[in-house]
Amino acid sequence: MIAIIDYGAGNLFSVKNALDYLGYDNKITNSMQDIMAAEKMILPGVGSFPAAMKMLRESGLEELIKEEAKKKPLLGICLGMQMLFDVSYEFEEIEGLSLIPGEIRLIDSTKLKIPHMGWNSLLKEKECALSKDINEGDMVYYVHSYQAYTSKEYISMYSEYGGIIPGLVFQNNIYGTQFHPEKSGEVGLKILRNFGELE
Amino acid sequence: MVAKRIIPCLDIRDGQLVKGVNFVGIKEIGDPVEYAIKYHKEGADEITFLDINAVNEGRTILLDLVSEAAKNIFVPVTVGGGIRTVDDIKDLLRAGADKVSISSAAVKNPKIISEAASIFGKQSVVIAIDAKKLSDGRYKVFINGGRVNTGLDLVDWAKRVEELGAGEILLTSMDADGTKNGFDIPMLQAVCNAVNIPIIASGGCGKLEDFVEVFEQTTVDAALAASIFHYEDLSIKQVKQELNKRNIPVRV
Repeated sequence: MIAIIDYGAGNLFSVKNALDYLGYDNKITNSMQDIMAAEKMILPGVGSFPAAMKMLRESGLEELIKEEAKKKPLLGICLGMQMLFDVSYEFEEIEGLSLIPGEIRLIDSTKLKIPHMGWNSLLKEKECALSKDINEGDMVYYVHSYQAYTSKEYISMYSEYGGIIPGLVFQNNIYGTQFHPEKSGEVGLKILRNFGELE
Repeated sequence: MVAKRIIPCLDIRDGQLVKGVNFVGIKEIGDPVEYAIKYHKEGADEITFLDINAVNEGRTILLDLVSEAAKNIFVPVTVGGGIRTVDDIKDLLRAGADKVSISSAAVKNPKIISEAASIFGKQSVVIAIDAKKLSDGRYKVFINGGRVNTGLDLVDWAKRVEELGAGEILLTSMDADGTKNGFDIPMLQAVCNAVNIPIIASGGCGKLEDFVEVFEQTTVDAALAASIFHYEDLSIKQVKQELNKRNIPVRV
């Protein structure tokens, strides 16, 4: 079972719809037992970093996720990906989950529209389990104003918007997508399938 | 480079896909969910549902329809029509919509824009504006399905909704809508020049060249069309292939 972690923020249903469509057993849940019993975890998220992180802390799920992430695959989506990093500067300085080194700051562009919204193409930095069968130029759907600033070693795929936008990041069994795989057509479904097939 | 988006629009009445001409005269076409899935498979970048008689009834039908569509469509889904309160928005987002499109309610109660943006995020708030050119050459904003002239100047209203937190503007030319004579280029560019949020062009699309024209002659981010796709005059794939050939960035 894939646990879709429900901490009060986020677009849980579209992630669930995509997993249902792909045929992966899944459950939207905030129960510790469910999350411990799950084979994999997905951390979704829409909204602002401070509010989401606060909900995660107050729900008592923060420590559990960090603990479980030592044992099984975790995928953070959009704001859920941003929370995997050390710190965010959206409105105020807030600590993240520190599962991948890096920080979250505003997209660095004075010329381009913010948020970065719409379909953008992926470029490959290096392969990871989730980038399997994803080609350079494949397009995915982004909606965000803040982005990760991290070392290349954690970037599998990225897009260009102003500068480099990390699209698919990873470290060991921890993965994150800044774009929404559940809203990225066939390409996004392939990435979710790659996650579903992880051992 | 962010791709220009092609968005099929499905007007819904009593759970059926319908098409009107110049905001009057309505014809039933078929099952909106089936059409939406077909468009998704053909490469639609987004799907928009507009409930055209939701002011009166049929909210449950609409929510069921959105929820059914969301189980089968993995691109963003926008739903509009009859939204008056933050609770209406919450219902639609929970049913599976990614964005809501608000029109009349935003004019009557502009605060709904800032409230919705702060609760659900700007990205989920699309403000739909129906505009018409009056005899003095000014574009004015109309509401209630095009029946009521608000007296608001189009460009002023567009700037205002941006300030209030709209994530996008869906801009329909009432003069062009249903005519198939092409998008209203001057009107669209006037709004593009005034705001810095994405603009979706709507109204008037009747042939392949109209899509090329709107992206070559304006800076709109997306083009929305209805009957041209419903009656299979053109497929979404054909439109995208042509745009790609003409060096307009699209997802193919």
